[in-house]
Amino acid sequence: MRTLSTRRRHPLAGLLVLAVGLLITGGLYAAVAPKAATAEESASTSDIEAGRQLFLVGCASCHGVNAQGINTEGADGEPGNYGPPLIGVGAAAVDFQVGTGRMPMAQTAPQAPRKADEYTDEETAQLAAYIASLAPGPQIPEERYLDWESVDEEGLAEGGEFFRTNCTACHNSVGAGGALPNGRYAPSLDGVEAKHIYEAMQTGPQQMPVFSDDVITPEEKLKVIAYIKTISEQPSYGGVNGGSLGPVVDGVWVWVVALGSLVGFAIWIGWHGTRTKKR
Amino acid sequence: MSQTYTPVERTATGKKLAGPVGWLDERLGLAGPAKKNLRKVFPEHWSFMLGEVALWSFVVLLITGVFLTLWFDPSMAETTYTGSYRPLNGVEMSVAYASSLDISFDIRGGLLLRQMHHWAAHLFIAAMFVHMLRVFFTGAYRKPRELNWLIGLGLLMLGILGGFSGYSLPDDLLSGTGLRIADGMIKSIPLIGTHVSFFLFGGEFPGDQIIGRLYMVHILLIPALLLGLIAAHMLLLVYHKHTQFPGPGRTNENVVGYPALPVYIAKAGGFFFIVFGVIASMAALFTVNAVWIYGPYNPAEVTAGSQPDWYMGFAEGALRIFPPLEWSWFGSTWAMSVFIPGLGFLGLLFVALGVWPFIERAITRDEREHHLLERPRNNPTRTGLGVAGMTWFGLLWIGGGNDVIALKFGLDLNAITWFLRVGIFVGPVIAFIVTRRICISLQRKDNEVLTHGYETGVIDRSPDGGYSERHAALPIEKQYAVTSAKERPKAIEAPELVDENGVDAPRSRRERLRHRMRRFYYFGSGAVDKPTAEDMAHAEEHLRGSNEHPIELGEDFQGVSETGVPRVH
Repeated sequence: MRTLSTRRRHPLAGLLVLAVGLLITGGLYAAVAPKAATAEESASTSDIEAGRQLFLVGCASCHGVNAQGINTEGADGEPGNYGPPLIGVGAAAVDFQVGTGRMPMAQTAPQAPRKADEYTDEETAQLAAYIASLAPGPQIPEERYLDWESVDEEGLAEGGEFFRTNCTACHNSVGAGGALPNGRYAPSLDGVEAKHIYEAMQTGPQQMPVFSDDVITPEEKLKVIAYIKTISEQPSYGGVNGGSLGPVVDGVWVWVVALGSLVGFAIWIGWHGTRTKKR
Repeated sequence: MSQTYTPVERTATGKKLAGPVGWLDERLGLAGPAKKNLRKVFPEHWSFMLGEVALWSFVVLLITGVFLTLWFDPSMAETTYTGSYRPLNGVEMSVAYASSLDISFDIRGGLLLRQMHHWAAHLFIAAMFVHMLRVFFTGAYRKPRELNWLIGLGLLMLGILGGFSGYSLPDDLLSGTGLRIADGMIKSIPLIGTHVSFFLFGGEFPGDQIIGRLYMVHILLIPALLLGLIAAHMLLLVYHKHTQFPGPGRTNENVVGYPALPVYIAKAGGFFFIVFGVIASMAALFTVNAVWIYGPYNPAEVTAGSQPDWYMGFAEGALRIFPPLEWSWFGSTWAMSVFIPGLGFLGLLFVALGVWPFIERAITRDEREHHLLERPRNNPTRTGLGVAGMTWFGLLWIGGGNDVIALKFGLDLNAITWFLRVGIFVGPVIAFIVTRRICISLQRKDNEVLTHGYETGVIDRSPDGGYSERHAALPIEKQYAVTSAKERPKAIEAPELVDENGVDAPRSRRERLRHRMRRFYYFGSGAVDKPTAEDMAHAEEHLRGSNEHPIELGEDFQGVSETGVPRVH
């Protein structure tokens, strides 16, 4: 004890106490706090490396060589970014953005449109592995959360309720899409893979809010997917539906097709009289 | 060639019918009026059948509507859906919505009839609009037909109200959203809005009353009013006689055309089946208001692409583009950004249409009866105003679908809004000026063809190698039709500004205003006078003399088209 008490005024004693305090606090926090997600471990080192090479060629010009993002100053002095940082976005975000062709972007625009993908499935997986290796983030969903055909009728109705409550305001009641301010839009959900719908809910790409697993559980996400898939694959019971865009399309049909043809008939009827020829 | 007719009472059919028809006539006394009215003459023109499209759509509405009432249940009670449409099975909804789904999926022919009813409603109002435009642009509303114009306007308003009340009945997410907007418009009425809304909805929106109340309005009140006004509209049409376009033999005192029986009974009857057929084909081929995709109404939910039916699109557009404007006075909210576009623009449209015939008459002081129609080009100011109004309506209509337009054409929603905010002021002015110029140019073109002949397409080559095209005079009937259609511009007398004592006349300010309006109306951008008889005589001589071989027009000559090409060409 003497050795300790004689050294208690040592210049480094304070630092030591601070270090011990920090260690205890940190240790306790690590033991008690909820377990954080861990970085993708299943991906092989070679995949990560291949992904890094692809990233350096195709993505780094906007997202930075270490995926840290490139910051700029916007026209109005607001901080902006040329490409956002990708550290922590997770494999799900990469799989969604690259798998639906949104990334790489063809040009700067309010929003990246869905287009044919530039990378093969294997390359997409390698890119995802690389990004996932940088920091933990949402992962590509498991197969059992994508098998929407297994959802029963009750689940389908429940998925519909979720869809109408959370999604239709932007995506329209059949997922035909809708406009948002300043040239942005909620894209059509027609023909989007179940996996990508799941990932979009999970990562909230572009204008979309994030629906994390705490808000909508994976099982509920599956029900939403089942509802979207069911209504977009069901036949159009009433005939040609004009993109399910609502009454605007009805107005076009009635003026062009119905009234157009009836005016044609009226001209035909009006033309068939002996006196009209003399007019 | 002489033909002999057997009097109808001596034919076999006549002998058989004489008994029952006589029996009826002795009790109803209809033979006299029927004889007169069944031979009533109507003029022939395709545009006179636009109102008929509306009439026949209304008949289709009545027929299909009766069918729908057999199964529709206008109750807002809660139920759980257990019908054929799988994605909604087990969902809580109102009985009204469930019965709409049943009509669509579980009742034989229900979806077809529902879609026919909806398409007929769309068509009814569209046909009323184009019929009204025809009446406007040809000046058919002038004396003595002003009251019939107002009745027509009433029909249009009732049609729109009928359409809106029907749109709200299925109680799906779309119709509930529409009702919410209507509720917002009502609540925006200063001071009394909230009270009116609570009165109509039987409490706070949405309550459990509104569907039943709208159902009564939709199937009883509006159809009854429509039927009564349609009857009045048609009776006045018969009483005034139908207007006609000017032409040989057509004057302000006669009607040249065919008798109702047999020609128009057959034509109109046939046209009913054509209208019915077009509506049925539309219903069979095109979806309208697929209520099942929207789901039940829930005030917490909304869907992108929520729009009213097309005829309310302009009011919706006005709401969408109006800048925020709200005051709080005396503890009351004055939501001007809803009240002005929602009710103000709607009112502006109908008031402007309603007072126009009277404003025009105040400007022109034209006390004559008009049974001959005006060609739109011959009244550039009215035509210009009409096109300006259509432009205003059209721009607001675009505003109503701004989200769909932004989405489908890759445009910026805010840019569309700003374009329209400016456009609804600038667009009508441009449209007015351009239309008036076009009308005047068309009048000049008429004069050109009258005095210099139409281009025959026959090219002559002169001995020294020059080429020229022969012109020929229009056939005399066509010349007559074009010149008689046009009135000479009115002489404009200077207003009396002082009375006989040299003092400012009490009415002088009003007179001066009227003088200015009259000048604007008749001479706004330069009037074109029609050729005089002398001009025409000179033209005839000139056309005969210009080449030694005037173009012989054969017996089958049918006049020339608008572009100056002979129809038989």
